[in-house]
Amino acid sequence: MLTARVIPCLDVDAGRVVKGVRFQGLKDAGDPVELATAYERQGADEIVMLDVSATPQGRHNARDAVAAVRQDLGIPLTVGGGVRSTDDAGALLEAGADKVAANTAAVSRPELLAEMAGKFGRQCTVVAIDAAANGDAWEVVTLSGRQRTGMDAIHWAVQAVEHGAGEILLTSWDRDGTRSGYETRLIAAVAAAVPVPVIASGGAASPAHLVEALGHGADAVLAASIFHESDYTVGDVKQAMARAGIPTRPAPGHGNQGSHA
Amino acid sequence: MTVPGVVVCRTGTANLASVIAALRRAGAAPRTSHSADDIRTASHVVLPGVGTFGAAMDTLRSTGTDDALKQRIESGRPLLAICVGFQLLCRTSEESPDAVGLGLIDDRVTRFPDGVRVPQFGWNSLAPGSGCRTLVAGHAYFANSYRLERAPRGWRAAMADHGGPFVAALERDALVACQFHPELSGSWGAALIGRWLAMPC
Repeated sequence: MLTARVIPCLDVDAGRVVKGVRFQGLKDAGDPVELATAYERQGADEIVMLDVSATPQGRHNARDAVAAVRQDLGIPLTVGGGVRSTDDAGALLEAGADKVAANTAAVSRPELLAEMAGKFGRQCTVVAIDAAANGDAWEVVTLSGRQRTGMDAIHWAVQAVEHGAGEILLTSWDRDGTRSGYETRLIAAVAAAVPVPVIASGGAASPAHLVEALGHGADAVLAASIFHESDYTVGDVKQAMARAGIPTRPAPGHGNQGSHA
Repeated sequence: MTVPGVVVCRTGTANLASVIAALRRAGAAPRTSHSADDIRTASHVVLPGVGTFGAAMDTLRSTGTDDALKQRIESGRPLLAICVGFQLLCRTSEESPDAVGLGLIDDRVTRFPDGVRVPQFGWNSLAPGSGCRTLVAGHAYFANSYRLERAPRGWRAAMADHGGPFVAALERDALVACQFHPELSGSWGAALIGRWLAMPC
């Protein structure tokens, strides 16, 4: 049976992994190739790289980083950040991404998702949705949280899938970087509304948080700081998942029966 | 030991970087081609999955590589078919109802049922049937919306489950056809690619 995925996320600025709270106060967290391959050895099921570069030169370095990671990484690589056209997506796929995530540009022009799916397949097309609480609902925010759109996040998720998105990377803007746990109500609402897989993001501080998100309907969980700061390994998360009865692929070297002794 | 000269068959415009990188890590010297001669003469050929069933078949037909692939398969020479490449071995697909595949497997590829996540993205466990040699138990990475439901006669099959059983991979002679992506299946996938590369041509 299909297992739940654990996905370490690398925010990359000008070719280096950085970390920060809501993209503020970025600090260097290491080399993308070293981190990505270390996470693969720990049992990561996939890697997400988000290009947070603000300059064209930084974007160029990000593509080089994708190519370098690809040479050594034996698991899937999803890349997002600054994708505005099928040319941008094509350049990242050619560099070695397996899936490409569009965010702000897809909100302004949802046809981008149809174009990406038409040219590269739905399997390569991910929509990244940043959602912020607004009363009892969630509102889509763009431009790294600087722009409120007035769009309902659940409605946008459904529309994005109709346009061609094959997967949703769902970030709670209120929780991102706060280490206060995932926004489980948002996850459950989106997971129930769409037929495609949902990756939960934003707020993880412990394996229990990741298990909780999976229990609320997420197909995959994404986290950055808990792994970068070596608080926990991917293997720690997978052991917690196995104890909670969530189907998981064991870390390499732990057998292949989906559980831990 | 000589380095196998692997040809990766170009079936469209999308990326082949993951396949090329995995073959290099396995010690091969891969190059891409859509020449029928290369497909006929290479020691090992990879048929990767790119785009839709119909678009990939159009590319194979327009380059004449469809016949070259059929000859290779019928003579049992090493071929690794991946994802849509695996599906192209079948007669037809629900994804592209008007397209005709290579037809080496007389069956139709269909969409996963409602009630499970489609596309299937992630690691699913394989149960290899008795007699499988290249395919072993483990978790493999899948990214597909369509699948073959029944194992065809004359092939050894490994099955997996997503809303019901489906064919995860097939093997016969030096042909290995995977619905999953061995190039993205970590050390388990790398070992599979290594076993396939070691097959005599």
